[in-house]
Amino acid sequence: MAKVVMEKLNKHYGEVKAVKDFDLEVPDKEFMVLVGPSGCGKTTTLRMVAGLEDITAGNIYIDDKIVNHLPPKDRDIAMVFQNYALYPHMTVYQNMAFGLTLRKFPKEEINQRVKEAAEVLNIGELLARKPKALSGGQRQRVAVGRAIVRKPKVFLFDEPLSNLDAKLRVQMRVELKKLHERLQTTIIYVTHDQVEAMTMGDRIVVMKDGLKQQVGAPLELYFHPANKFVAGFIGSPAMNFVEGNFLSEQGGLFFQAEGFKLKIPEEKAAKLKSYTEKRVIFGIRPADLPEAPCSVPGETIDVVVEVMEPLGNEVFLDVKAGDQSLIARADPSTKAKPHAKLCLKPNPENMNFFDIRDERALL
Amino acid sequence: MREKFTERLIKFYLPLCVFLFVLLFPFYWMFITAFKSDMELYNLKLNPFLIHQPTLRNVIMLFKETLFNQWMLNTFFVSILATLLSLGASLLAAYAIQRLRFRTSGTIGISIFFSYLVPPTILFIPLATIIFELKIWDSLWSLVLVYPTFLIPFCTWLLMGYFKSIPKEMEECAMIDGASRFRVFWQIVVPLALPGILSAGIFAFTLSWNEFLYALTFISTTTQKTVPVGLITELVRGDVYHWGPLMTGALLASVPVALVYSFFVEHYVAGMTGALKE
Repeated sequence: MAKVVMEKLNKHYGEVKAVKDFDLEVPDKEFMVLVGPSGCGKTTTLRMVAGLEDITAGNIYIDDKIVNHLPPKDRDIAMVFQNYALYPHMTVYQNMAFGLTLRKFPKEEINQRVKEAAEVLNIGELLARKPKALSGGQRQRVAVGRAIVRKPKVFLFDEPLSNLDAKLRVQMRVELKKLHERLQTTIIYVTHDQVEAMTMGDRIVVMKDGLKQQVGAPLELYFHPANKFVAGFIGSPAMNFVEGNFLSEQGGLFFQAEGFKLKIPEEKAAKLKSYTEKRVIFGIRPADLPEAPCSVPGETIDVVVEVMEPLGNEVFLDVKAGDQSLIARADPSTKAKPHAKLCLKPNPENMNFFDIRDERALL
Repeated sequence: MREKFTERLIKFYLPLCVFLFVLLFPFYWMFITAFKSDMELYNLKLNPFLIHQPTLRNVIMLFKETLFNQWMLNTFFVSILATLLSLGASLLAAYAIQRLRFRTSGTIGISIFFSYLVPPTILFIPLATIIFELKIWDSLWSLVLVYPTFLIPFCTWLLMGYFKSIPKEMEECAMIDGASRFRVFWQIVVPLALPGILSAGIFAFTLSWNEFLYALTFISTTTQKTVPVGLITELVRGDVYHWGPLMTGALLASVPVALVYSFFVEHYVAGMTGALKE
């Protein structure tokens, strides 16, 4: 059982505030992902949990015990670093056994635990080798192995997959997820890759400029982003954003942008009434912009296709609606052609609107 | 292909030959002088670049008429002790300055470097007073104590650069694994910095071995002299230069240094380039 709680966590480097008033509760056995662009404070937060970075203000609890001033070795955590940080002068076996040896475990138990972990991670034959003789993927496994032999309360991962090639990354992603199911341990995982975050996390924290933007399950973040930043960060290709005004016409609410005008569905319009005549940001994901027959005005957007990006199972269309650039996802069977006209029908269910000033979601 | 060779010859081999000549000619001169008799040395009609009648008289004179053996032992004693002492202190200092982030670490790093820049010709006067007060005047211990004053700054700077190249995560990982700061230093940092430590050691050894000024000022008894001082003070008698034994002594004295270098050359190069491959 290990719950990790961060309470009003702050980290300042002189004038620079790397982490600001960060609150988070990671329940036992949860796979929590911290995601955000570089410099957003996610790694600093993780390092504070590890005890590698002093806390400027706030508290960290592991299992309801304050660990603010506890040295890393007494926190019962294990960490996997981006560059693996394997000890180059030790063999794989010695690397994995190092922590247990320091904790004075009996030899047989060390042996048994290392062998067990090596088997789980498929690195049984590599135990006698030095890190130099391993491939990137193998080093990654050893780093994970070194963490799991200790059976710590909490695992901390600091961008562990970013040094691997794309194919290996996908494979390791699945393996780490399986490992979490098997070990049933709390994991805090830092990454800048939103795909990693979406596919691996039970819950995700999106961070920006040291501030927590939103916490939630992957799909919650995808469908109900709290603000424009989260909406744009989660999902690939990113959500389309268009600035425009709400207009009240013919008894309905319309979104008017340069190049197109959209009718807002009734149930959403009711919630957005107070923004009539105000300037807002409209957000729609490429996947919610299907091709459609050009029917009633106000339901579709007239666009001109500029570039087509076929990916096999889908095609991304870079289109222009007036001066606005949009990306739409289309079926491979699409009739669209570069420089041809087309109509796109935004899925009314998944329309997003954001305040123009503080960029928070209006729905 | 042909053109490439001429190009290489001009750009590479020719400068290399000039360089080698400048570097090795003094040794050659030393070598031939060591095996020439005085008669031959002062005979201007003979080709000075060749040995005409090789003789071992100089070698015999060096060992029989001077305390060369004793001087060699003294130099070894001082060099090894001073090197070990300096390495120990520099290791701890460099690690502390590089890794323990205390408020004045940067300033201390720079001031250590500055202390290295003060020339010994200025320093030997105050140092002499200290040596005198400590009552180790005219003893080898004075050199063991004084040499670290220039060896420690040098080694500290060399090692600081080396420690910088060791990924910090490795130490952090060890700390999470349960190691104390000292254990991290001893089991992770020192083994990884071994090439750097060896380079610093070789440098320290060579500098102590060749040191002249302090040895000349602090030591006056013949039995306590180091090789560089012993040769100059005992084989230049008045205005008479005993070139033969002088050159023999110089040649023999460079042997240990040459051996140390050739033995550690691989590590030495790695240490200078600070190469720590993951």
